[in-house]
Amino acid sequence: MSPNNIKQRSLHQLSITELNAGLRNKDFSSVELTQHFIERIERLDTRFNSFISTCSEQALAAANYADQQLANGNAGILCGIPIAHKDLFCTNGIRTSCGSKMLDNFVPPYDATIVENCSNAGAVVLGKTNMDEFAMGSSNENSFYGPSVNPWGENCVPGGSSGGSAAAVAAQLVPAATASDTGGSIRQPASFCGVTGLKPTYGRVSRWGMVAYASSLDQAGPITKNAEDAATMLNVLASFDKKDSTSIDEPKPDYTATLDQPLNGLRIGIPKEYFSDGIDPEVAKLTQEAISFYETLGASIKEVSLPHTQLAVPAYYVIAPAECSANLSRFDGVRYGYRCENPTDLEDLYKRSRAEGFGEEVKRRILVGAYALSAGYYDAYYRKAQQVRRLIKQDFDTVFKDVDLIASPTAPTPAFGLGEKTKDPVSMYLEDIYTLPVNLAGLPAISIPCGLTQQNKPVGLQLIGNYFSEALLLNSAHKFQQATDFHQQTAPNID
Amino acid sequence: MEANEIAKLAQLARINIEADMVDEVAESIGSILNLVDQLQAVDTRGVEPMSHPMDAVQRLRADVVSEKNQRDELQAIAPATDKGLFLVPKVID
Repeated sequence: MSPNNIKQRSLHQLSITELNAGLRNKDFSSVELTQHFIERIERLDTRFNSFISTCSEQALAAANYADQQLANGNAGILCGIPIAHKDLFCTNGIRTSCGSKMLDNFVPPYDATIVENCSNAGAVVLGKTNMDEFAMGSSNENSFYGPSVNPWGENCVPGGSSGGSAAAVAAQLVPAATASDTGGSIRQPASFCGVTGLKPTYGRVSRWGMVAYASSLDQAGPITKNAEDAATMLNVLASFDKKDSTSIDEPKPDYTATLDQPLNGLRIGIPKEYFSDGIDPEVAKLTQEAISFYETLGASIKEVSLPHTQLAVPAYYVIAPAECSANLSRFDGVRYGYRCENPTDLEDLYKRSRAEGFGEEVKRRILVGAYALSAGYYDAYYRKAQQVRRLIKQDFDTVFKDVDLIASPTAPTPAFGLGEKTKDPVSMYLEDIYTLPVNLAGLPAISIPCGLTQQNKPVGLQLIGNYFSEALLLNSAHKFQQATDFHQQTAPNID
Repeated sequence: MEANEIAKLAQLARINIEADMVDEVAESIGSILNLVDQLQAVDTRGVEPMSHPMDAVQRLRADVVSEKNQRDELQAIAPATDKGLFLVPKVID
């Protein structure tokens, strides 16, 4: 990308790589860039509701500081680049609501590790993005602040739970946002909004300071315009962190270094179970075409089998609620967060604070988790689900003996309508059929745009890799994006 | 799921459920339990339960203070405090 070409396009259309070049070339300053995005958020986000909070003053101060760093020649990887954080990463002095009435008044006194990593790299935080309450949902409709809306169709959900992060990037209100993925919450909204979303290997990115939902599944990652930017973001986000007891001390490569490696000889498996019942025909067609395109890039394709796929949804809906019921027991109206008015005694304080502070889906999952962990049911539910979890992981282990990557749709449908699935929780849960197994196994996966339906809705291709193969996933996604322009198609009416 | 079971769960989870909501909650929890009951048909004899993808165990560290005292910052966001303590309704007369 030549500097001239950068000048011909608006700042919000540029990728992180292009913005970095423009900042270093003095085509624009970080303050100008930050003001540009603040203006866009003020003007456009009334339609998308992708931000819960903005922090323009702090952002401009950070941008000013970044400009000095750039002038001094000691700029970090994201120096002066505006980003947004999903509203479950604790930000010192900036409200962190987790999309919940329970934390509507919660201003953390510290930063999450990934927030600190981004700040150390020089990033400018514009605000906190909308999400399903406590990251529980697939449509963003469980937010206390009202749903975020999909820029590709204003009657459509952006997906969830990181719907605000995906909608903000798709509406070009920010070049990149952080997100988290417990059962598909990075990849499914990325698919619905036509952007790139990476869920790293469990343990690759620190969970410290990220409000916990299901601790054995939660993993943070980026949502960006393209795979190259996702690699830059992962270089910043990934770190070994002693404060997260499940952080893994694994060498971190430079994820941008291998983006251009040829894909000759790459072996891609297509799980036959992922193209069966319930898949939208257009989604099946577009993802199959994208997978075939990999053959022209030098890859070989073969059918594989993940026989326990159908058990991922039921196993997840034991394990995640069980862990959530334990994690969310900390919200008791005593130390921080919402407290009910005039409690009559301590029990009343707990029970009404939680009844009034949590939304319906969160309460539902806490109750299911309490049931699964209650005396006499533990073996039948939690232990059984953990055994099935191992069967699901073993399916992947077997397949990765023969292939390097697995390719599939990210979600069985394109973005659905607001209100379409809210009455039936189980139908909403089935949205995550292709993403949940990845979390249960702890594997990394990426969703990249692979075309639009006749109704102009984006469809995402999911690539799943073996443990710690993020570099290969990003390389494979980048090569696809070099040869196609699906990721450059933008939502209508966002100027 | 019966009303008395919902009452027991509400107590275990410390979440108040209003009487007029019990049927609705029972129905939605019941539909989720029906979904997860598919697990019962799977033969898992001899399968070790999996709690971590890489079967990692918790790291241990030396039992020494690693955090500075942040009581004032942490209590500044509490609903009610007094002299460094969190206030709750009277528990013992």
